[in-house]
Amino acid sequence: MAQASGKSAGKSFFGKFGVHLAVLVFVVIWTVPTLGILVSSLRDKDQIIASGWWNSFASSTQTEAGRLPPPENQVEKDGRFVIEGNIFGDDPPRTISAFGTRAAAPTQYAAGETADLGDGVTLQLNEDGTFVLSSPVALEGSRGQRVYFASSAPPRFTTENYETVLFSEGIGRSFINSLTVTVPATVIPIMIAAFAAYALAWMRFPGRALIIATIIGLLVVPLQMALIPLLQLYNGVGLFFGVPSKTYLGIWLAHTGFGLPFAIYLLRSYMAGLPRELMESARIDGASDFEIFLKIVLPLSFPVLASFAIFQFLWVWNDLLVAMVFLGSGANQLVLTGKLNALLGSRGGDWEILTTSAFVTIIVPLLVFFSLQRYFVRGLLAGSVKGG
Amino acid sequence: MASVGIREVRKSFGSTEILHGVSIDIVDGEFVTLVGPSGCGKSTLLRMIAGLEGVTSGQISIGERVVNNVAPKERDIAMVFQNYALYPHMTVAENMAFSLKLKNAAKAETEARVQRAAEILGLVPLLSRYPRQLSGGQRQRVAMGRAIVRDPQVFLFDEPLSNLDAKLRVAMRAEIKELHQRLKTTTVYVTHDQIEAMTMADKIVVMHDGIVEQIGRPLDLYDRPDNLFVASFIGSPAMNFLHGEIGSDGGPAFHGKGGVSVPLNGAAGAGGGTPVVLGARPEHLKLSDDGFPVEIVVVEPTGSEIQIIGRTPGGEEIVANFRERHAFEPGQTVKLTVEPNLIHLFNGETGKRL
Repeated sequence: MAQASGKSAGKSFFGKFGVHLAVLVFVVIWTVPTLGILVSSLRDKDQIIASGWWNSFASSTQTEAGRLPPPENQVEKDGRFVIEGNIFGDDPPRTISAFGTRAAAPTQYAAGETADLGDGVTLQLNEDGTFVLSSPVALEGSRGQRVYFASSAPPRFTTENYETVLFSEGIGRSFINSLTVTVPATVIPIMIAAFAAYALAWMRFPGRALIIATIIGLLVVPLQMALIPLLQLYNGVGLFFGVPSKTYLGIWLAHTGFGLPFAIYLLRSYMAGLPRELMESARIDGASDFEIFLKIVLPLSFPVLASFAIFQFLWVWNDLLVAMVFLGSGANQLVLTGKLNALLGSRGGDWEILTTSAFVTIIVPLLVFFSLQRYFVRGLLAGSVKGG
Repeated sequence: MASVGIREVRKSFGSTEILHGVSIDIVDGEFVTLVGPSGCGKSTLLRMIAGLEGVTSGQISIGERVVNNVAPKERDIAMVFQNYALYPHMTVAENMAFSLKLKNAAKAETEARVQRAAEILGLVPLLSRYPRQLSGGQRQRVAMGRAIVRDPQVFLFDEPLSNLDAKLRVAMRAEIKELHQRLKTTTVYVTHDQIEAMTMADKIVVMHDGIVEQIGRPLDLYDRPDNLFVASFIGSPAMNFLHGEIGSDGGPAFHGKGGVSVPLNGAAGAGGGTPVVLGARPEHLKLSDDGFPVEIVVVEPTGSEIQIIGRTPGGEEIVANFRERHAFEPGQTVKLTVEPNLIHLFNGETGKRL
């Protein structure tokens, strides 16, 4: 007895430990890249190139080239011709660790050292960017001395990337397009499915079992298989009514069609779990089927409606395939996923653009998920635990 | 208020017949309980009166109107369910007002009726609560309140007390009975608990396997059960049964297994040799020197009485109650007899009362 309980306690300890470990692993796998995108999107574009986002809070070191002021600025001092100043001019100050005068050896001298440039000419460059160029004879020429130096800049965070992306790269417009697709493509299937689910759960009519079986069967039909026939059908019908082939209405209908089997299945199994006496009681109280649906079943089904709404919203928001097939690629129709895809081609090297666009894209799913997560979990359990 | 007539009603689910021709007449204002073991069809019959199940054949009428094909809401009935069936997303007041709202009743009138029903049931302080915030007894009262508000012709109760604990059940029993005496609405009450049936009803309908075994006032059923089933079902502890036959020699007497003999004193006219069952209520058994021997197995004093469980020489179990405080011991043999006029005799083959 004692042995058995000891064993089960040990097992549950390892069980718990395993669960916690697994949760931790998933949290890290999910959180770290998200954090990376967020941090990168807020960084200065030069710094993104210089260092990774995990170094973003430390100063970044880079080698720069600069030119001293031209000889006309020289002044004669103690028999020598001298140019003094700050190499950064009006630029933001940085810290210089080393410098050089030849591109082949840009960090030949440490900051503060005096470099001998030949012919008695010397250059001293300090950490704060001040320099002294001194020559025994007057300097000639119209251009200043070339100087290379290694500087380290303090971290710089900015929202400029967001301004750029939203207003000049077209992500803002695509954001609105995505919302235009997603909101109706979530609401329409819920409205249809709620009615269908009630009928399939609580109304007796011939062929009901067959319809339910068909819907379960449709759950496993792959989307890709139906895509092209559906488009052809839509275009055919569209031609008949004189509607262009790629419209928002088309993609709403497509997403509705693809979402309905799961919606009906989920809602039906939840509604079928509501107590029968409630419906009977309402019926005796004088309610018709429509009133029972509207006043009893619908309010009680709110958790499952919410959880389906999350599923459908996230799926439509993240969809690229259906959008590519049913919507055009013009600025007024391109959704976020498509826009991201296009940016990857045209601005592939500009990480500040890509990370910012990516973050704009995931911010809506994040908000939806975190604000409705308890319904999300309940929805996942809806089929398995009676009464949800 | 209205009478309810049930004539030759049958009900089949697929090929299985659940009710085999049931006829019951319920007078206006009567409190009728349908009682029987589970599966006897009593709940199905109630649901048929409510209109939740169709009638396969026969006729159900409420008042003067045949309602076989009338929708539940047109029947002017109210039903209280076993699990109360309160609408979880509505407050007590909204639950009670729901039926009136569906009828588009005037708001002032709805409020007045809800208020009146709440006063009758002591629900006034709970009106703004939700069902999940109520105890079992309170939910039960709300379910009744929902029925009262409608002021229907017939109340239907489907085992309304079986989800309550024993103490609350006794209290609610009295409350429902009092309510009926106050409102005088025709009531049909389904239960499997014969105590509930006995204490509340004006008239009891005992059902078994889809037929009506007996209809009668509670004490009539107790004193003169029509058959073995009713005799065994009504009464707690149950009636004792001895199997045997009526003696043909000498005076009329019952001869059972193991030499058990009970004088009948002309209580029955059946011929000798027919198998019969003798029934005797536990409280009608008395100690007597010329009775039949019973070996005591268990002695159970309850305070108000002493109950013994024993065995006859024929191996049949006997339960007897005594108000006197006899000093019984297990293993002891006592002699018991029963007054001839308190004996119930049943045909051993058909189970009918002789």
